[in-house]
Amino acid sequence: MSRTDSIQELIADFGELSKNDKLNLLLEFSDNLPDLPARYADHPDLLERVEECQSPVYLFVELDDANDVHLFFTAPAEAPTTRGFASVLHEALDGRSAETVLNLNPDFPDLLGLTEAVSPLRINGMRAMIARIKRQVREKLV
Amino acid sequence: MKAIFMPVAFDNSPSLSEYAHPEALVTTEWLAANLGTEGLVVLESDEDVLLYSTGHIPTARKIDWFTELNDDVLRDYLDGEQFAALLSSKGVKRTDTVVLYGDKSNWWAAYALWVFKLFGHQDVRLLNGGRDKWISEGRELTRDVDAVAPSEYPVIERQDAEIRAFRDDVLAHFGNPLIDVRSPQEYTGERTHMPDYPQEGALRGGHIPSAQSVPWAKAANDDKTFKSLADLKALYFDGAGIKEGDNVIAYCRIGERSSHTWFVLKYLLGLKNVRNYDGSWTEWGSLVGVPIVKGEEAGAAPAPKR
Repeated sequence: MSRTDSIQELIADFGELSKNDKLNLLLEFSDNLPDLPARYADHPDLLERVEECQSPVYLFVELDDANDVHLFFTAPAEAPTTRGFASVLHEALDGRSAETVLNLNPDFPDLLGLTEAVSPLRINGMRAMIARIKRQVREKLV
Repeated sequence: MKAIFMPVAFDNSPSLSEYAHPEALVTTEWLAANLGTEGLVVLESDEDVLLYSTGHIPTARKIDWFTELNDDVLRDYLDGEQFAALLSSKGVKRTDTVVLYGDKSNWWAAYALWVFKLFGHQDVRLLNGGRDKWISEGRELTRDVDAVAPSEYPVIERQDAEIRAFRDDVLAHFGNPLIDVRSPQEYTGERTHMPDYPQEGALRGGHIPSAQSVPWAKAANDDKTFKSLADLKALYFDGAGIKEGDNVIAYCRIGERSSHTWFVLKYLLGLKNVRNYDGSWTEWGSLVGVPIVKGEEAGAAPAPKR
């Protein structure tokens, strides 16, 4: 399946939902955050902590030979909102080109309409994840 | 016709009896034994908006501070009509015994309790140890959300004066104790906000002159229960110089962490006059012309402005 429209699809999916259904969808994403592959699960030191998030979340970005981006996250079950954000970003960006990832609108959380359902500090955590993903992509492009 | 107030039996656990108001707390054992009792409503109030949905205490309903307890236009809490509508939708009656619990040592549950008290709901209790203690004891969780029959909660005018302080109340309060419950870095002014997010903070860093620094979480044990009475007295009486009979105002960033401290001072230590300044640092640190002290020293109280 082509993933070229995953960002727009997410915006459309979240956009038409009520506040409660947005939270239900975010929970579904949270439940389905992919596990870390063994190479990171066994080496937590390789992961970058997103300090801005109130709950511990770690991420790692890989670029393959075609400069497509692969994302890896881990966040504890007690932090479902953070897990949900990570999982949404995984759905939106994993397998996309570096250029697409770097061009992601930093207001993505607003475009999803999450700001009406989730507190501002949390939304800032999601923005921070986006900023750190982009920074890692930039570092790895050079 | 006036409804008859019949609280659910109090928790007589010896672990609570030393506090000034043991009726404001229940243990996990008590709650497990009383789930389903007529007149008991259990509400979960978390910092994380999704946490309830990942599994909650059976029969518990969710109440969310961000989307439900605040007015979504004004920086203020619900008014009487909004509060009545909210509690009716959750099937809470004015005469019900409400037990609140949540994540992070009941930080947000205490905040919800404080809002309930703005409307004078008589019987609201905290689950000592909150969500984490319930889970660590291996007690039952469910994702089931039972349909709730709406109740008819009366419209009660919010009464701010007794437990809520506004900025002018703080200016008039100088000479009486203030407790700053934020982190040491926020108290000294090293940090006004979460790193890199100035829009979440205030324009100036520091604390309100004469405020003593007692970070809120010092009142909680590792298992998230409240510290013993002796430990709390050491913390607030010996450590922060508060005396019985004092009139105290607590504050933090937006008034949530200080709700936890407000609960400790009022219900566990038994101080009669304790208010929560919910404008807190996000207001004070951006107000034009109010006094601020930076650094570790509390600083002298300015003359009260009445």
